[in-house]
Amino acid sequence: MKHIFAIIKKELKDYFNSPLAYVFISIFLVVSNWLFFRSFFIQAQASMRPYFSLLPWLFLFLIPAVTMRLWAEEKKLNTAEVLFTWSIKDPEAILGKFFASLIFIALTLILSLSVPLSISFIGGLDWGIVIASYLGALLLAAAFLAIGLFISSLTDNQIIAFILAVALAFAIFMVGEDFVLYALPNYLVNLAQYLGLGAHFASINRGVLDSRDIIYYLSIIFIFLYLNTRQIASRKWK
Amino acid sequence: MIKVENISKQFNGFLALDDISFEIKEHEVVGLLGPNGAGKTTTLRILTGFFNPTLGQVKYDDLDIIDDDIKIKQKIGYLPENNPLYDELKVKEYLVYAAQMHDLAKPKIKEAVNKVIETCGLKEKQNQEISKLSKGYKQRVGLAQALIHNPEILILDEPTEGLDPNQRIEIRDLIKKIGQEKTVILSSHVLSEVEATCNRVLIINQGKIVASGTPAELKSQTTSQTKILLKVEGPQDKIVEELKKLEGVERIISAQKENNLITLEIETDSTKELRKSIVHLIIDNGWELYEISKQEKSLEDIFVKLTKQT
Repeated sequence: MKHIFAIIKKELKDYFNSPLAYVFISIFLVVSNWLFFRSFFIQAQASMRPYFSLLPWLFLFLIPAVTMRLWAEEKKLNTAEVLFTWSIKDPEAILGKFFASLIFIALTLILSLSVPLSISFIGGLDWGIVIASYLGALLLAAAFLAIGLFISSLTDNQIIAFILAVALAFAIFMVGEDFVLYALPNYLVNLAQYLGLGAHFASINRGVLDSRDIIYYLSIIFIFLYLNTRQIASRKWK
Repeated sequence: MIKVENISKQFNGFLALDDISFEIKEHEVVGLLGPNGAGKTTTLRILTGFFNPTLGQVKYDDLDIIDDDIKIKQKIGYLPENNPLYDELKVKEYLVYAAQMHDLAKPKIKEAVNKVIETCGLKEKQNQEISKLSKGYKQRVGLAQALIHNPEILILDEPTEGLDPNQRIEIRDLIKKIGQEKTVILSSHVLSEVEATCNRVLIINQGKIVASGTPAELKSQTTSQTKILLKVEGPQDKIVEELKKLEGVERIISAQKENNLITLEIETDSTKELRKSIVHLIIDNGWELYEISKQEKSLEDIFVKLTKQT
């Protein structure tokens, strides 16, 4: 546990020591606010649903940027060899990096609270739905982070890590979308619908925190973190 | 203390290590010597648990490197090849991080960090970012990292690679100092390095150990001739002729005349001490002696001989 905290602290320090964190947070806030408020006054509804419908698309491109360097850089500079010969277990390093990136995204989401706060001054906002949606956004982000972190462990090239993570996250996100479902044979429809990241997010976005959705997200996170430990351990047997 | 039994390592069909066995006792300073690509780094990576061997066993006393890797890692300080560092951290931050990773208790961390900063001469640099340091200082940071948890065993992969001669001497002295109370395993392809720091050498080539012993033992194993270098003033033909008559002289390798000075290289039987009789010969004949020296076969010659055989 102590190791995990130390790694979280170090990784967070890395984020905020580089311009990446500030660029990321600025882009995220500017783009999400702009896209949302562009149509907000036309719709004239005190609801954040359009905002949360935007989020997955932003996450899709921005989260791989947060995870791409986590392993790729360690592999490239060979610092992984130092890290894994210290007295730590592999999963501690993986969890440390995962939670560091999750805390970073949580901070970004906290900064985006300016949106619901300003809406609530204009009209009555249903905070229950907003909180559920934020929780859903965090789960979605965590799933994307786990995917990105795993991809980063496959390569020592950050650009490749970024592109592959976008591609894989996009694929998993789209599997459950309607236009994919139409193209699939009947017996696969249910499965694809269940596997799609997007469909689960849509139901949370309606304000329904269903345990099935939460379990789904937690399993995606678990699967990719597990794959990550396998990938990291495979160095020993290559 | 460390027992390596029949380890082999295969990478995608390429046999990097082929059935290597050796033992290392406490407080030994062992040098792993070999050309690039011989398997030194792979051996050290297996010793540190970064790789597992394809076959064979590595034991630290009763602990097995695969089953008890955490316990073993606590005993080992490791400086990997090319000294990878978290460049963006400050020296002190990095050492604190390393200390936390080795489970040092919080109150002890500060003490341990200050101690290695002291030992490795990093006092003035402790608040600088690692990326801004010179190569020599980076190497010290790497060593400090390896020493942070006061390990019993120190494993150093080419610790002086890429340093200038002064830095090499500094690091070498540091290793010697550390080696007095710890078991040290280091690899190098620089022979003088190993000769200066190690009390035992393992020469490794193409994944096999081709020789092992103290530097002196290795020398005596492979040499039967000694070279003597001589600078003398006098008639060249006469000198060469007289020298050839001496018992134990096997061959005059070369004789060169420059101004009045003749430089001779003589190959002699290494079991006989010929310097005395050569000096007498020169004085008795009334020639002038400028220089005489015995040239030991260096570890370099042995290295070349052993690693070129295959």
